[in-house]
Amino acid sequence: MSGAALRLSGLACLRGGRLLFAGVDLVLAAGGSALLHGPNGIGKSSLLRQCAGLLPIYAGTIDRQGSVALADERLALDMELPLHRALGFWARLDRVDEAALDRALHAMALAPLRDVPVRMLSTGQRKRAMLARVIASGADIWLLDEPANGLDDASVALLGAAVADHLAVGGIVVAASHQPLLLTDPVRIAMAAHVPDPAQEASCD
Amino acid sequence: MRLIALLVARDLGQAWRSAGLWLPVAFLLLVASLYPFAVGPDAALLARTGGGMLWIAALLASLLPVDRLVAPDRDAGILDQIALRGISEEMVVIARLIAHWLGFGPPLMIAALPAAALLKLDGATILTLEAGLLIGTPALAALGLLVATLTAGLRSSGALAGLLALPLAVPLLIFGAGTLGDGSGAAFKFLGAASLLLVAITPIAGGAAIRAGRE
Repeated sequence: MSGAALRLSGLACLRGGRLLFAGVDLVLAAGGSALLHGPNGIGKSSLLRQCAGLLPIYAGTIDRQGSVALADERLALDMELPLHRALGFWARLDRVDEAALDRALHAMALAPLRDVPVRMLSTGQRKRAMLARVIASGADIWLLDEPANGLDDASVALLGAAVADHLAVGGIVVAASHQPLLLTDPVRIAMAAHVPDPAQEASCD
Repeated sequence: MRLIALLVARDLGQAWRSAGLWLPVAFLLLVASLYPFAVGPDAALLARTGGGMLWIAALLASLLPVDRLVAPDRDAGILDQIALRGISEEMVVIARLIAHWLGFGPPLMIAALPAAALLKLDGATILTLEAGLLIGTPALAALGLLVATLTAGLRSSGALAGLLALPLAVPLLIFGAGTLGDGSGAAFKFLGAASLLLVAITPIAGGAAIRAGRE
């Protein structure tokens, strides 16, 4: 995992004909972390989705070394399946073994719920299940969109520990959050500073 | 190969758990049992028109599962998570097409047997019908999947899917039902050509539709 790296330069995002942000630069090496902050709708989630390769890049470049895992507002687990089987599908796609999956369940204190169908889980438990999916993936770069939403204090602490472990082995974490949460010394990106002024925006259309 | 097997196994499991597999089968049987009530119990008339009726029923049955094929996985973020792992959307659609046909084609062909009995079809016609369905159901599955990818994320996608799919299904209906009354085998060849075309374009068009739907 030590080869992981994430470099954004001059990144801009255009959605629905509107320039959300422009000129975002970020360099993260192995063990680095970044925290995106700013008001709702400013483009934090869009930036994470661009980093994941799910949204087109309007301008600038993203240079990514390593695999990515994304935790956004959607669970991406089959509702009818028991938790460990729903997570097991992703584990098989990621070619990680049962032990790694169990460690991830344990890290999010979900081990007692492994046989419970996903649809029976509460909001906070689902959020933890999603984080367990990210942890189990073994991906180098974690993209976390509001990871602490809906979590109680104990679960936030678990998340903090998982993130610290990931950084310690040379992973990269980019989180969008309103709370400073879990990251000890992140690169802070104030999205508000990257909103283009309206005159410039008009010339883009 | 391993990847496709994993995706197919998951899609089949999902279809099985959602109980959506029974819907086309039940629909076909229902139509076959209602049809004699509508046209009367004249065995000769039933035998002459029953095969075509079953083709129409198969075609409409293929539209029933459309709203569960793509939209739920798209909304749950599963398609995005698959894309994150570097798996192309075309691959996802190919796997889904295989899984969808396995859950749709063979059950429909089996259901066509009691349905054919209800309509007094003779042995030769049943054989032709089953052969036609074997060639035609992959195309019906592909068409259903294609419109499912195109309409995923739209409101009232079910109604729109029907409007999109039915014009494209006309060649299948013409050549599929045409096999029943045609001794030369030309209708089979045309049915095969239409089927191959739909199966071939679905992964490409469907993959592009899923990508475009991310914006």
